[in-house]
Amino acid sequence: MKENTSEQNKGLTGWIDKRLPVFTFINHNLRDYPTPKNLNYFWNFGSLAGITLVIMIVTGILLAMQYTADTELAFDSVERIMRDVNNGWLLRYIHMNGASMFFIIVFIHIFRGLYYGSYKYPREILWMLGVVILLLMMATAFMGYVLPWGQMSFWGATVITNLFSAFPVVGDYIVTFLWGGFSVDNPTLTRFFVLHYLLPFGIVGVVALHLVALHQFGSNNPTGLDVKSEGDTIPFHPYYTVKDYLGLGVYLIVFAGLVFFAPNFLGHPDNYIPANPLQTPAHIVPEWYFLPFYAILRAVPDKLLGVLLMFAAVMVLFFLPWLDKHKVRSANFRPYYRQFYWLFILDCLVLGWVGAMPAEGVYVLISRVATAYYFGFFLIIMPFLSRFEKTTDLPSSISAAVISEKFDNKEPSSESYVK
Amino acid sequence: MSEKDLKNKKSDVAVDEDKRDFLFVTTAGLAVAGSALTVFSLIDTMNPAKDVLALSTTEVDLSPVEEGQSLTVMWRGKPIFIRHRTDSEISDASNVSVDELPHMASDESRVKNPKWLVVVGVCTHLGCVPLGQKIGDNKGEYGGWFCPCHGSHYDTSGRVRKGPAPLNLEIPPYEFVTDDIIKIG
Amino acid sequence: MLSSLRKVAFLLLFLITIDSGANAASSNVELIKQNWPFNGIFGRFDKASLQRGFKVYSEVCAACHGIRHISYRDLEGIGYSPDEIKVIAAEYEITDGPNDEGDMFTREAKMSDKFVEPYENETIARLSNNGSYPPDLSLIVKARAGGADYIYSLLNGYKDFPENFEASEGMYYNEFYPGYQIAMPSPIMDEIVEFDDGTEATHLQIARDVTSFLAWTAEPELEVRKSLGVKTIFFLVLLTIMLLGVKRKVWKHLE
Repeated sequence: MKENTSEQNKGLTGWIDKRLPVFTFINHNLRDYPTPKNLNYFWNFGSLAGITLVIMIVTGILLAMQYTADTELAFDSVERIMRDVNNGWLLRYIHMNGASMFFIIVFIHIFRGLYYGSYKYPREILWMLGVVILLLMMATAFMGYVLPWGQMSFWGATVITNLFSAFPVVGDYIVTFLWGGFSVDNPTLTRFFVLHYLLPFGIVGVVALHLVALHQFGSNNPTGLDVKSEGDTIPFHPYYTVKDYLGLGVYLIVFAGLVFFAPNFLGHPDNYIPANPLQTPAHIVPEWYFLPFYAILRAVPDKLLGVLLMFAAVMVLFFLPWLDKHKVRSANFRPYYRQFYWLFILDCLVLGWVGAMPAEGVYVLISRVATAYYFGFFLIIMPFLSRFEKTTDLPSSISAAVISEKFDNKEPSSESYVK
Repeated sequence: MSEKDLKNKKSDVAVDEDKRDFLFVTTAGLAVAGSALTVFSLIDTMNPAKDVLALSTTEVDLSPVEEGQSLTVMWRGKPIFIRHRTDSEISDASNVSVDELPHMASDESRVKNPKWLVVVGVCTHLGCVPLGQKIGDNKGEYGGWFCPCHGSHYDTSGRVRKGPAPLNLEIPPYEFVTDDIIKIG
Repeated sequence: MLSSLRKVAFLLLFLITIDSGANAASSNVELIKQNWPFNGIFGRFDKASLQRGFKVYSEVCAACHGIRHISYRDLEGIGYSPDEIKVIAAEYEITDGPNDEGDMFTREAKMSDKFVEPYENETIARLSNNGSYPPDLSLIVKARAGGADYIYSLLNGYKDFPENFEASEGMYYNEFYPGYQIAMPSPIMDEIVEFDDGTEATHLQIARDVTSFLAWTAEPELEVRKSLGVKTIFFLVLLTIMLLGVKRKVWKHLE
């Protein structure tokens, strides 16, 4: 088969392909790659995340050519980019808002996986690599936010690095080590810049592995059923390439709207004040994508426990394939899981909201209840449901599901199979 | 033929039809044009920024420079050699037969006021800064400048006379604002 | 599919409300809202207003507040010609050097220079202002929640201290300032400047013009950004509609 494809291309491409099978590779993975034919638009978010990563790296490299990582100069060098560099404002606003867009895309991508059981056998490693990407993204985003050296940059860096002081005995040594001094200062800024530049290439590497793992068994699909025959799949090109382009068009409209008309909407005004180590802003909040984790941190009165719980909130995702061992993947056929799932989404939003509120009064209570549900969902509800939940009737195959959808003229929600 | 081959064939036919489709062609064209414009505007950030361009003129006061002395000033990050030439230097420069020069140019064409020679102090070979500005510098065989990197010799009009440099020292755009002040750039 | 899309849209909306709630949390007094010409997707600056605002800045604010991110050459953005800017810049003295004798010297500012700052350093600034540091104004509109409306409100928010208010020495009452006590006395009053274009220099007019000027110093790229944005969105919407057609056409082969 492989032999055939390379010989079909005569001429230069054929000559190269025989020695370095790049064209065969592209054909297999982006052209003929058999893909379930019932993927909905939530399956666009993987490619959107990949494109966003490329946008971030390209704009980031160009920004690095103008930026100066020095506490005396960083703030002014960013303002120089905004004012004097040709299209510099565009470059920076794309990069700045691109970070937010990246997290929106990746969160939706994760929640899609959570709904359709994409983390289950045989895609456990695929899922875990995704969690690694999320962790790397969070580290990269955090360090990137420090670089403009505004008030929020400085105090964000101070607060987050101080989390490590919670660890007994070694805590203070770790923090001093992270800072390279006795406070967040020039050595800290310089290393954050270096790592902020370096880590995205690590992300690219893990994304490559993520794709290798994906193509081993192919995409999951809204029914969660395995591909059973050729009739269940269609070639990736042109069907999903064009669908991805369409999704990209819609995505870019939202992205451009943010960049051109509300570039500072998701930011904080205090970051346009140069960093001042002598004065903490009255109300300090992390970027919106960290708010749920920030809320978990503040829900616990104990410093160490809060920090551990916050890390655990991400780490728990690694164990998902073993917490939810229910045989059926898609929540479409799991009536109870589905209810808890939507409650979980709401819970994450509530966590995000209390994360932005002052840590006092009723907000503390709300954050505790929400944190309890966050962990309860993974550690209690999931294992419990995997043992006891009865599913609705599953369609016999992907094709059967597609046909029944057509006749009912509605989506393959569980209602259509409960007869 | 297996089922799969049949299907591939079908999609190939579809793709071939697609390639001629008006909507497909215009959409692809529009997308390519949009991407090209975006890429261009982002790459444009690497061109000189407004603050860099704003520094591209320099005014120099010539009055403290005595005859026979030289002055080096910075313009666009490069040294500008300004030499207050003596009469003998002027006659050395103008008495050369232009046809013998590697890069033909008369002395008159290279100065606005014969007393003052203004050249960019960057060797046209590979960009080193020639010697000859300071007292005691090696001025080369022709009394002008000598590039230590690869041994190019320039005369008192800044013309290359010997060595690997292909061109004469460049003349920056400048004008006399008054008799004693020039504006470079 | 559709119902889950609706759910996602709802969630996104929720997220946006969360965020705006977070930003609004910092101020509790309703600001005086103005219909600024630079608001909205087609927003543009009013050049005449910016020039008047610049005059207010240089005759009133500049005594204590710098605009250190702005160069004199940037004034082309509010409608001055290079020759006019050279005259404006020449009114400022800037320290340069060292010269050939190793001494610092002063010279007239050039177009390429940044605006000269009113104080040599923060300590001197604090000494001359009763311990307070007058912030740089280049980014003030972007650096305060509420933006231009906040600055405008602040300039119009001076009142006498209410009874029973524990006022500190040398402070002034402003209902829009966090904590209500501000070290800056009300900087403007009717006729404090005389406008060249004959506009009547009322308190409100001055506040409006100088706020517009500061909105420009914070976002000089605003006009270019918004006009490019309109074109970009128009292009993307067109492209997306065409892609929708392409997608439908391609997927028709499946049926």
